[in-house]
Amino acid sequence: MKVEGRALRGIVLLLVFGGIVLPILAGFWQTARAAFGVMPALGDRTASLAPWYTLFALPGFATSLRLTLVTGFGATALALILATGFCAAVHGRIGPQAAARMLSPYLATPHAAMAIGLSFLIAPSGWVVRLLSPWLTSWRVPPEAITVGDRWGLALILGLLVKEVPFLLLVILSALGQIPVRRHLAQGRALGYGRGIVWIKVIMPQVYPLIRLPIYVVLAFTLSVVDVSIILGPSNPPTLSVAVLRWFSSPDVNRMMPAAAAALLQAGIVLAGIALWWAGERTVIRLGHWWIGRGGRGLSAEPGLWMASALVAGLMALGALALVVLLIWSWAWRWSFPEALPQSWSARNWIDPSGSWYRALAATVEIGLATTGISLALAVAWLEGEQRVGGGRLRWATGLIYLPLLVPQIGFLYGLNVVFLEAGLGGSMAAVIWAQTLFVFPYVMITLSDPWRALDRRLVAAAASLGATPLGRLVRVKLPILMRPILTTAAVGFAVSVAQYLPTLFMGAGRIATLTTEAVTLSSGSDRRIVGVYAILQSALPFAAYGAAILLPSILQHNRRALTGGFS
Amino acid sequence: MSLELVDLRIAPRDTSRPLFRPLSVSVTGGEVVTIMGPSGIGKSTLLDAIGGHIGPGFAVSGRVRLDGRDLVGLPAERRRIGVLFQDAMLFPHLSVGQNLAFGLPPGLRGRTARRAAVEAALHQAGLAGFNDRDPATLSGGERTRVALMRSLLADPRALLLDEPFSKLDADLRDDIRGFVFDHVRRRKIPVLMVTHDAEDAAAAGGPVVRL
Amino acid sequence: MRRTILAALGLALFATPALADWQTTLAAARGQTVYWNAWGGDARTNAFIDWVGQQTEKRYGVKVVDVKLSDTAQAVTRVISEKAAGQNSGGSVDLIWINGPNFLSMKDKGLLYGPFVKDLPNSKFLDLSSTSPNSRDFTVPVDGYESPWRLAKFVFTYDSARVADPPRTMQALLDWAKAHPGRFTHPDVSNFMGATFLKQALIDLAPDPYVLQQPATDATFAKETAPLWKWYDALRPNLWHHGESFPANQSVQNQLLNDGEIDMSMSFDPASAAAGIQQGLLPKSVRVFVPEGGSIGNVSFVAIPYNAAHKAGAEVVANFLLDPTVQARQQNIDVLGSYSVLDPARLDAAEKAAFAALPTAPALPTGAELGSTELEPHPSWMTRLTAAWAKRYTK
Repeated sequence: MKVEGRALRGIVLLLVFGGIVLPILAGFWQTARAAFGVMPALGDRTASLAPWYTLFALPGFATSLRLTLVTGFGATALALILATGFCAAVHGRIGPQAAARMLSPYLATPHAAMAIGLSFLIAPSGWVVRLLSPWLTSWRVPPEAITVGDRWGLALILGLLVKEVPFLLLVILSALGQIPVRRHLAQGRALGYGRGIVWIKVIMPQVYPLIRLPIYVVLAFTLSVVDVSIILGPSNPPTLSVAVLRWFSSPDVNRMMPAAAAALLQAGIVLAGIALWWAGERTVIRLGHWWIGRGGRGLSAEPGLWMASALVAGLMALGALALVVLLIWSWAWRWSFPEALPQSWSARNWIDPSGSWYRALAATVEIGLATTGISLALAVAWLEGEQRVGGGRLRWATGLIYLPLLVPQIGFLYGLNVVFLEAGLGGSMAAVIWAQTLFVFPYVMITLSDPWRALDRRLVAAAASLGATPLGRLVRVKLPILMRPILTTAAVGFAVSVAQYLPTLFMGAGRIATLTTEAVTLSSGSDRRIVGVYAILQSALPFAAYGAAILLPSILQHNRRALTGGFS
Repeated sequence: MSLELVDLRIAPRDTSRPLFRPLSVSVTGGEVVTIMGPSGIGKSTLLDAIGGHIGPGFAVSGRVRLDGRDLVGLPAERRRIGVLFQDAMLFPHLSVGQNLAFGLPPGLRGRTARRAAVEAALHQAGLAGFNDRDPATLSGGERTRVALMRSLLADPRALLLDEPFSKLDADLRDDIRGFVFDHVRRRKIPVLMVTHDAEDAAAAGGPVVRL
Repeated sequence: MRRTILAALGLALFATPALADWQTTLAAARGQTVYWNAWGGDARTNAFIDWVGQQTEKRYGVKVVDVKLSDTAQAVTRVISEKAAGQNSGGSVDLIWINGPNFLSMKDKGLLYGPFVKDLPNSKFLDLSSTSPNSRDFTVPVDGYESPWRLAKFVFTYDSARVADPPRTMQALLDWAKAHPGRFTHPDVSNFMGATFLKQALIDLAPDPYVLQQPATDATFAKETAPLWKWYDALRPNLWHHGESFPANQSVQNQLLNDGEIDMSMSFDPASAAAGIQQGLLPKSVRVFVPEGGSIGNVSFVAIPYNAAHKAGAEVVANFLLDPTVQARQQNIDVLGSYSVLDPARLDAAEKAAFAALPTAPALPTGAELGSTELEPHPSWMTRLTAAWAKRYTK
């Protein structure tokens, strides 16, 4: 059993190392070569620092850099503060299952779809203004205000918050499940601390270590996001990641080398950003200990909590309206300012004679099922191997899994594409599936490992004592008992796959069109109605997956009370 | 049938300080040997070592013999040692009948034969008609009885009891003890029980070993 | 195959156009799938490409897959990546909708297959004399490396419900913008359309427009653009968003026009306003106008990368696009509304009649309204113009 476990773990490690780490390193190597001026295709074979000088001299470079840092750190810090405040205010008032149900539409909707809806919602000619005009505002033409693409990136931060706050809420809520919150709260309040202060001084210090990794993932994401920045961010200059994509796709091919340098810089920024955040943690912890030691009771944190909750509720309302407005657009024909609703409706946007959304939908489903299946199989093999070898987690290996979430995609995808082309795999379905698996697998591991490890090992021992073999114990005991978390994990994996933009774009060589690549491409066009169709489909697909994850076990295991609580 | 421990030592690999003094015990068929000791000393770990469920974090030395055959190195599923835990550990995704059938040896073939064996076991446990019930709807005593029947259906050569009665209501405990001990005595199975309840030891009637 | 190898070796110039036998090409093309990389921001173009694919499949057994790009340069990048990886045949791009800087870039780097235009039977309908717009793309000789597809001409669009008398010179535009702050803008200059707007202004404001036909030097650039920058410095604060941010491309700008955030937009397709109205994307009151002195015009082409996997299929598609019935369909406002590249003098009576019978629309300008066509400046002007603009206004 031990030998077999070790072999299983060895194979999985090999797959993960060969499938995740090596390709990323190879991708970075190719990007780095170009960043230092080595690009044989353009006839450049000698290394130099010229691309870097070009990069630093590009107009607006400093602004792009500043924008990236402000929006990345700003969005992450705000999301954390708001989510914490909201949890503190509502914990105990909403059950974890109700919360998960409430959050899942926000988690399921891809960033791009949410951003597209939001941009129409808050624009000067957007839905909010239309609902209020002209009866309240007396505006017959939209006001001259900059609410989308402002040069400070506020709209971009807002767009990121709408997606990241629900994510952190879910993470914090599930972390709270591991802490005796109620008893600590009672204890703290008995000692004369206000509810809010107990949260800050007692609960959060216990929660934070449990949610550190997801926070780093959010930070890495917000520092390097592309699609949301294109839709909501400023354009002249844009954030660094958008600038990199622009330079990579500039008609002037000589921009490719500075683009590669910028892609490398982007990776550096994310790593430095995480390091900086970590240093910030240390400082806060030190200050916090001193502050807690003073014993101040400060009953006044309550208003702050309620303000945070109100803001979160506002964000959720915006997100919901963004989805509604997309749905309306997808059925609209003419809808001009300042009408609150379309003047004419039509099903023409959905009737698709050439079958292009149908094809994109089919490709999205196919890729999503394949990546989810592969990632789940790998994750189960990984966790099973870990348990058969016995308890000891390989921390370094676990760290490697999360690598793709912590290094920016743009840093290695260009190079990775070169590697794939050299291997003759460019532009194939297999390449896209594989590249997406890089990003789906970590999320699958994050979601599945806790319930998997939490399974009472005495159940497995009982099965063994009854003569069940290791494979039998896996198939007949563990998998059925964990069916609900496994399906939830599959839904998460599927949703992550549906939302992938850059990997599909780079690896698919543009030949493989998914709902997301089509939605982002179309959002550069003028037809909001068609964009609405794609964005709705793009959100509906993961939502259907979440729905199936909730419904299927209820149907298949309808008569098993002990299994109904495991939604995580 | 007999279960024999010879100089059994268990030590966590990181400290290599053994959990208790080397243990030698011999249990004959139908006999219930009780092992007592303060909590945290490693009573459950001892049962894990005997049953083959112990993790690699522990070093085990000495002998575990079942009917004279040495079990060291044998995987749990080939030791034929049943375990009864405190929480009964019925599989939550299976019905009561399916839980029992899980214990039946694969050698018993045919739907009707297997179904009959399950019905007979239910009858013996006083749970006739419980075949399709969800285990989550059973009372503690009923669960323990099902768990015992499930272990017995696997035709074990020895049985380990890990504080199986400690969570039961006091008035029920005597009943269930009687049920368990009657069955194992009748089947002449050697039983090793760990507990910190002196009444358990008294009811078992066999020798008591203190760790 | 021999020809492919020679082309791949960069010896295309010396190879004789051996594929003269169109039947051979047709035979080779049968069963191929052509990956046509085209800017995908326009639904009607996408639908037209779909229709082309259905027709070529029916007639020649050549399937077309429309690879929709958000920027044509993506296809260029892809071919470069493939070359970087040593993939000199079986490439993923078969046909590109291309012109201007992207064409120059690919031609310069030897990334194009050709010359092939003269091999296409339907090239007999084209005026391919050296001064024809079909032979020079942004003043760069085409040399048979790209085949004409559709005509493009710079026009302004405006909402006649809000603007009674649109400004027809650059000076008048400035005055109008000052009187209506925030109601006009242009696409980002990193975008083709935004750059074209600057070029249009440059042609109208430059002291000596003929110099623009020569490659720019530091001296000529400084001299010819000085009035442009003076004009633009005055214009910019009066633009939408105070000239601090710009719509990404003409489609987004059209959306702003539709939303009423601005009163004017621009296009490189004279029929786009009429098309937009028909699709419900623009108010019915939108009309087109052209600057007084005429406007920049050019031809959109299709080109085949040197490493394309399905060259024969790509040639069949390029040839099909030049069929008079296809060009007439393309010019139909109900279909695409994109003007034909064929030389009317080379069409027979029936073919001419097909063009004459096309429907019309209020927002569709007549040939007279479109005015004269100004030549594209040499590409070096556009490159310098966008770089200088970025340096001046991207802070």
